[in-house]
Amino acid sequence: MPTDRDTKNEEVVLKGVGAAPGIAIGPVFLYDREVPKVIERSISSDETEREIERLINAVERSSKELQKILAFAQQKIGERRGKIFEAQLLILEDIHLFSAIHQRIRSELKNAEFIVADEIGKYQKMMMTSDDEYMLERAQDVDDLKNRIIRNVQEEKLYSKLEGSAIIVSKNLTAADTVLFSRNEVLGYASDLGGITSHSALLSRALKIPAAVGLREATSKVQGATEAIIDGYNGFLIVNPSTATIEEYRRKQQRHREFEENLAGLKDLPAETLDGKKIDLSVNIEFEEEIEFVILQGSAGVGLYRTENLLIGKDAFPSEEEQFQKYRAIADKIYPNRAILRTFDIGGDKVLPQAYQETNPFLGWRGIRISLDQPEMFRQQLRAILKASSRKNVGIMFPMVTSVSEVQRARTHLEMAKGDLRRENIPFDERIPVGVMVETPSAAVLAEELAAEVSFLSIGTNDLIQYLLAVDRTNSFVSELYQQFHPAVLKAVQFVIEHGHRRKVWVGMCGEMAGDPLATVLLVGLGLDEFSVIPSVLPEIKKIIRSMKYREAKRVAKKALAMNSADDVKSYLIEVMKEKFPEISLEN
Amino acid sequence: MVEKEVTIKNRAGLHTRPAATLVKTAAKFKSDFHIDKDGIEINGKSIIGVMTLAAEQGAKLHLRFSGEDEQQACEAITSLIESGFGEA
Repeated sequence: MPTDRDTKNEEVVLKGVGAAPGIAIGPVFLYDREVPKVIERSISSDETEREIERLINAVERSSKELQKILAFAQQKIGERRGKIFEAQLLILEDIHLFSAIHQRIRSELKNAEFIVADEIGKYQKMMMTSDDEYMLERAQDVDDLKNRIIRNVQEEKLYSKLEGSAIIVSKNLTAADTVLFSRNEVLGYASDLGGITSHSALLSRALKIPAAVGLREATSKVQGATEAIIDGYNGFLIVNPSTATIEEYRRKQQRHREFEENLAGLKDLPAETLDGKKIDLSVNIEFEEEIEFVILQGSAGVGLYRTENLLIGKDAFPSEEEQFQKYRAIADKIYPNRAILRTFDIGGDKVLPQAYQETNPFLGWRGIRISLDQPEMFRQQLRAILKASSRKNVGIMFPMVTSVSEVQRARTHLEMAKGDLRRENIPFDERIPVGVMVETPSAAVLAEELAAEVSFLSIGTNDLIQYLLAVDRTNSFVSELYQQFHPAVLKAVQFVIEHGHRRKVWVGMCGEMAGDPLATVLLVGLGLDEFSVIPSVLPEIKKIIRSMKYREAKRVAKKALAMNSADDVKSYLIEVMKEKFPEISLEN
Repeated sequence: MVEKEVTIKNRAGLHTRPAATLVKTAAKFKSDFHIDKDGIEINGKSIIGVMTLAAEQGAKLHLRFSGEDEQQACEAITSLIESGFGEA
C-alpha cells in the first residue's frame, strides 16, 4: 500500500467512509462551493425600498431555482427524498421571516445581504447548538438556502464550471449540489466532511454514484492532481493512482459491473440451490441508512446489526429512548423481513465510551461480559430492543459468549426486561428469537449445549479464527497464519452446524467467511442455514447459491474436510469454482 | 389572550412536515401565535422558527394566542398537536 505523502504526482491514498458503493476512475474536479462574501454596508433611507425590492426578486429567483431542483430531484430520486428541498422552499415563503428582514433593512439602514445573513444566521446558530444529528443537517440546509439568497441578491449566477465527466471533490457537498451535478456526467463524489447519514451520501446512493465522505484532506490532496479513484465500497480516495492501481481498480470495476447486470434478474429470486435447498441470505449492516440500499439488493433481512455503532462519537451510552428509536427504525424499514440486533460488542478492538486500558483486550472485558457486569446498561438495551420487536420481526443476539451460564444469565435479564414492559403495558414480541454468536472456541465446543438455550447460533468467523488459531491478524509477524480454510476452522464450523441442528436450531454465519465467494459452496455443503454478508457481495453469493446443487456441495465439503492443510483446501475450492463458475472472478 | 401547555406526541417531533402543517394551520387564523419551549420563544406562524425549536417527541410547548379568533386558533392548533399530526 502506498504511503500517504504529499508529493506531486505520487499516489496518495485517503481513507474515509464509503457512502455509496461503486468504483469511479477519472479526472478530478475540485469543486469550491463559493460561499458568497457578505460585506456590511450602510445605505441611505431613500435606498431602502430598492434594496428590499432587490431582495424580493432574489427570493423569487431562489424559489424558481429550488423548484427546478425539486422537480428534478423528484423525478430522479423519488418524491420522498425530494422533501429536503421542500423545506427550503417553505422557508422562502415564510412571511414572518421576510417581513422581519424588511423591517430591519428599513430601521438599521443596512444592505440586504447583511441583514439576510444575520437574521437567518440567528436561526442557524440555534440549530447548531442542538446535538441532534437531524437538526445539524437542517442547519446545513438553512445555510445552503441563505447562501442561495445572498448569491442571488448579488446577482451572481450559480453555474457549474464542470465540463465533461469527472470525480467531484469538495469540502462538503450539499444535497442540492449532488442533484445538480448528477445532471452532468458525475463519476463519483468525495468530500472532506460528511458522515454516512448526510443527505448527499443518501442521494449518491439513490443516484448510484460512488461516493466516499469524511476524507478530511481530500480537497488539499487533490490540488493540482489530474486523476483519482473513488472506492465507494471501502471509502478510499486514491489521488494520482499508479498505472498498476488503475488496472487493479478497472478489473474490480468490471467485475462489479457484471454483477450489477446480473442483479436486476436476481433481486427478487430466492437464495435457493438448483435442487431446492433454501438458504437464508441476509446482510450485516453498520448504519440504519444502509437498509434501503440493502432492500434494493434483494436481501432477505438483516442478519447482524452491530448496535455498538450507536456509540461512535459518543462519550456516554445512548439512552433507552435513543436506542429504541434507532432499533425501531431498522425493524420498520426491513419489515416484514427480520432484523437481528446484536447487543453491544465493545472491548477487544472496539473502543468503550470511557477509555480504559487492558494488556490483552481480546482476552479481556468485552461483549456479553461487559453487559453482564453493567446490568443497568444491559437492561436498558434489552428493553429498547424488546420495544422495537412489537411487529415480531426482531431477533436478539449475544456476542462473545463462552459458557452456558452466561446465556442463562443474559436470558434472566431479558425476562426481567420483559416483565418491566408487561407491567408498563408496552407491547413487544413475547417470543422474540434469542441467539448467540459462536466466536470463541469454548462456544464452538459447547454448540449443542448453547443451542439448547436459544433459537439460533451465528458463527462469527473473524474472532473464532483468531481465537482458534491463536493468531492476531493485525500483527504482521503472524497474520499469514490467519487462515479461514485451516482444517481446524472447517471442523469447528462443521461441528457447530451439526450440533446446532441436533437441537433443531438454525445455524448462521456473520463473519467475513460468509461473504467470501470461495467459501460459499463449502459452507452450503456443510449445511449452513443462514449467511449474513456485507451488502456489496450479496448478489454474488446469491448467484453462487442459485447455481449449485446441494448434493454436490455436500460432496465438496466432505472432500475439503478430509484435507490436511489450508492451502490444499483453498486450491481445491479454486479448482471447484473454476470448473463450476468460470465467470466468477476470485480476486478480492 | 389564551395560553395552553401541550406535549409533542408524534414520533418524528416537529420536523419539517409537521412544522409545515402547524404553520399552515396557524396561518388560517388572524390571531398572533407564539410558541415557547425551554425559554426560547418563536413566532408560530414562521416555519423557520418552528423548525428551529427542534421539538422532539415528549417536548413540552407553551402556546400563546392573542387576537379576535384566539379561542378557535388555540383549539385547532392544540388538537393538531395532540392528534400527533395524523402520524401513526
